[in-house]
Amino acid sequence: MDLALIQLLNGVQYGLLIFLAASGLTLVFGIMGVINLSHGSFYMLGAYCALTLTQFTGDIFLSLLLGVPLAFVFGVIIEWLFIRRLYDRDHLQQVLLTFALILIFNEAQKLLWGSHPHSVPVPGYLQGGFKISELLTYPYYRVAVAAFCVALALGMMFVIQKTRIGRVIRAGESNREMVEALGIDSRLLFRFVFAAGVALAATAGIVAAPLESVYPGIGEPILIISFVVVVIGGIGSIKGAFLGAILIGVADALGKVYFPAFSSSVVYALMAAVLIARPGGLFGRAA
Amino acid sequence: MNAPAILAENINTHYGRSHILRGVSFRVAPGETVSLLGRNGMGKTTLLRTLAGLVRPSSGSVRLNGNDVTGERASARSRAGLAIVPEGRGIFPNLTVAENLTFASRANRKGERPWPLDRVYTLFPRLAERRHHWGNELSGGEQQMLSIGRALMTSPSIILLDEATEGLAPKLRDEIWSTVKQITQSGIAAIIVDKNLNDLLALADRNTIMAKGEIVFDGPSAALRADEALIHRHLGV
Repeated sequence: MDLALIQLLNGVQYGLLIFLAASGLTLVFGIMGVINLSHGSFYMLGAYCALTLTQFTGDIFLSLLLGVPLAFVFGVIIEWLFIRRLYDRDHLQQVLLTFALILIFNEAQKLLWGSHPHSVPVPGYLQGGFKISELLTYPYYRVAVAAFCVALALGMMFVIQKTRIGRVIRAGESNREMVEALGIDSRLLFRFVFAAGVALAATAGIVAAPLESVYPGIGEPILIISFVVVVIGGIGSIKGAFLGAILIGVADALGKVYFPAFSSSVVYALMAAVLIARPGGLFGRAA
Repeated sequence: MNAPAILAENINTHYGRSHILRGVSFRVAPGETVSLLGRNGMGKTTLLRTLAGLVRPSSGSVRLNGNDVTGERASARSRAGLAIVPEGRGIFPNLTVAENLTFASRANRKGERPWPLDRVYTLFPRLAERRHHWGNELSGGEQQMLSIGRALMTSPSIILLDEATEGLAPKLRDEIWSTVKQITQSGIAAIIVDKNLNDLLALADRNTIMAKGEIVFDGPSAALRADEALIHRHLGV
């Protein structure tokens, strides 16, 4: 029972983390129509950013304060250099270019940080955990990460639903051309959305760094799982990404306990079930 | 003398290898209402989209209120006073009526807002009643009202209406035409594409017929009414 509870908590916390990464991916895909295979690289960038910045600041949350704006600026540069050339091109060309970016980022990572795994320390004030039973505790840091992710998710939903930029993002998801025809420069909108997506993926990478080793290719599993979340939630839907990420996180964590032989396929079975019931995803337009 | 609300000169537009607009020159005076007529596939929508900046012409120039906007994007043309009500209406289904209307609300270059939200709601009381409904919950007529109202809230000097009454019942059609008349009487120039010839002839100051990407007639309603052969040749079914 304790193990199930721990796994449930882990699943929710993992789901919240992949929500951060997947929300950026769903916005970029939903609004800009770009399949961005390099999205996982920005998660990796965040994790390595956490490694370096924490060596200077000594605290993962201070690293977050510095790392997120850096990631946003990096996103602006990458959009301006590469991504904006993809808007009028087909998906195959998008896949080719963003796959090339993965290779470039991986090589850059090896040059800058080497091929060995690294660890990022949990801040001293978040060492230890809540006692769940005589034998089990749940780490404070995981609770803090979950709370941070929930706060960020609520903030994002507020921005999307209640602010002018949120209205523009929602409108862009349904009709990009009309947004432009009504006087909104879609180049700036796309640049902002892409950079925000990079910042969200990097944020996930930064807060996840103390939870696992920081190693080459750390972003690739996140990319795949983020695509699964986007498909389950419905392309372009933040609400869908949130629900999809929690479902995936919990299914993955419980699958490892109750269906260990099939644990790697549980999330894909879930995706298939959702697609059979709702081909456009939970909150997406009908396919 | 005031510059034309819109002046297009020698416009050529291609879709891939297809030459759609062939050296079209076109002018609308401030406050003038012009109907754009022609059979399907003759280039009317492409001309509107080219004027709005949604399609890039291969050659030619477009001036808006005297300013050259040839190289400008659709967003810049919108901010310079051009509004388009596109075929299909372009409503944002995931925004409410009020959000759709205020989406691009802005003052004109003189800093005035001749069409604030209250005036749009007065013009279209149905939209006021449904202000909290999502865009995709509206009927076709309500969506058309919303699209026109949203265009007005950008404080345009010229409005392009593509298939303004497509798919609407006769009563709603009359309602839309009456509204368009009020809009043009307020001093906004208009280019209207529609299939209802008689309605357009009653509404427009001038009529332009397009055939195979070229302008083949340009004149007042009386002259067009008098030329049955021309109507039969270019507009008859």
